[in-house]
Amino acid sequence: MNEFMFFINNVLVAGSVSGSIYAIGAVGVTLVFSIMRFAHFAHADMMTFGAFMVLALTTAFPAAGAGFGMPTAVVMLPVAMALTALLAVGIDKAFYKPLRAHGVKPIVLVIGSLGVTLMLQGVIRLFAGTGGQNLYVDDRKEIFRMVLPLEGVRVPVVITEPQLYLFVLTLVSVVALHLFLNRSRLGKAMRAMSDNPELAQASGINTNTIVAVTWVIVGSLAAIAGTLLSLDVTFKPDLSFFLLLPIFAAAIVGGVGHPYGAIAGGFVVGFAETLAVFNWNVLLRPYRDSFPDWLELPSNLAFVGTEYKIVVPFFILVAILIWRPTGIFKGKVI
Amino acid sequence: MPLLEARDVHGGYGGMNILNGINMTLEADEVGVIVGPNGAGKSTMLKAIFGLLLVNQGEILLRGEPIHNLPPNKLVQKGMGFVPQENNIFPSMTVKENLEMGAFLKPNSVKPMLKQVYEAFPPLYDKRHQRAGELSGGQRQMVAMGRALMAEPSVLLLDEPTAGLSPLYMNEIFARIREINAIGVGILMVEQNAKQALAIADKGFVLAAGQNRFTDTGASLLANPDVAKSFLGG
Repeated sequence: MNEFMFFINNVLVAGSVSGSIYAIGAVGVTLVFSIMRFAHFAHADMMTFGAFMVLALTTAFPAAGAGFGMPTAVVMLPVAMALTALLAVGIDKAFYKPLRAHGVKPIVLVIGSLGVTLMLQGVIRLFAGTGGQNLYVDDRKEIFRMVLPLEGVRVPVVITEPQLYLFVLTLVSVVALHLFLNRSRLGKAMRAMSDNPELAQASGINTNTIVAVTWVIVGSLAAIAGTLLSLDVTFKPDLSFFLLLPIFAAAIVGGVGHPYGAIAGGFVVGFAETLAVFNWNVLLRPYRDSFPDWLELPSNLAFVGTEYKIVVPFFILVAILIWRPTGIFKGKVI
Repeated sequence: MPLLEARDVHGGYGGMNILNGINMTLEADEVGVIVGPNGAGKSTMLKAIFGLLLVNQGEILLRGEPIHNLPPNKLVQKGMGFVPQENNIFPSMTVKENLEMGAFLKPNSVKPMLKQVYEAFPPLYDKRHQRAGELSGGQRQMVAMGRALMAEPSVLLLDEPTAGLSPLYMNEIFARIREINAIGVGILMVEQNAKQALAIADKGFVLAAGQNRFTDTGASLLANPDVAKSFLGG
């Protein structure tokens, strides 16, 4: 049983954590694609920007969270979301809108977004430095160890406070997005524009408004994902950037332009990663005595070493593009 | 004052003009049909009226007000509806959501208009929670026309509403078009099924090479041997 607890911690909890981050990140990428039809490579650094805003605000008002009984960083998150949404709208106005107005091909926008990502990285490093910083400036990171009431179980299930916030906020974001897209007039207009932009325009939908609304949502989601990631680990200017590949893999696995697909894809990639680096030997250990003598299991039975975790989303991406390029939910083929 | 008037309209997609001086007038109680051979500029004319391509000479008036080169969303506000020939629905959205999008600029009239559209197209009521992309061709056309009607237009532009439909559905759609016209919506449509369309038309415009060739009532055009010989296949 203790081996199974080990499995819960290293696969279920860890997979849900990275899965949630990938899911929120991939939803942002997929929304940009469905409305503006280009792969937005600056998304990861928008996440970093959101986390950086939280860091700046938390450093400026370290005691603000005490009144709410929450870590200051979490209390500052809504402000950071608003600021990141503003940044996203501003970036669009300054860089992407002029390109769209010229009727450029999507690839030009993709390259433009690479430029934006380099610029954001530079600006953030300029103010935040290059090292890691804890988002828990004045607060203490709670770690919950729960020993399940089962016979012989000594190994606790370990969940940290930021991970709990991550699960809750992922659920809230997904439900809120679902309600917005299916119940609200603007949300439906977004889906209409994703389905058929010309007809949306012919129905009197102002496409500029929809583009702005999309960036507000994308910026807010990026801030949530970036902040919760940095809370769980530490704030580093390049932390989110290294998640760009798994996030794009998640969006493509789920079906590009399909928000629910992105969520599913996020968890598929997250769990695939943790399952791939999990040492299966641990689970086999209790049965060691019943194996025949000639069979000696290697001490590490993981599919890939932890240091090669990044190849997992890459492999999934290649496999999906070969065998099912539209993704799980039949998205638009890039 | 006519509902819709085009005076000497020239235009195209940049570069060479496709429309070389077209004149049209349509009254509010009329169904007008544009016919002609391929490449005559029929659909292009409809798109020019709906602001989808550049009019570089002449003018288009809606109740006397110049509207050429206004963007489509402004034209919707002024009471114009357009149903493109292809891609005229939101395939991943339900029938009801498709219709709601038609009244995007008039959120308060969604409910009464939904009722009216369901009455005009009863099959849509039964399928209102189904994705529009899963419907048959004829039902999709109903969704497309219903969506345009939701904005309570005073004039409706239809680009080949019966293209690819079986004769049964074609007659159904034509009957609906007459009904819509009877409740006070002027209709201007492009049709390949020229004979059947002219039979229900108050006015017909025969175009060739981006210019008017014949303009008359539908019945007179059908009876005109020159029109029949050159444009209706004998």
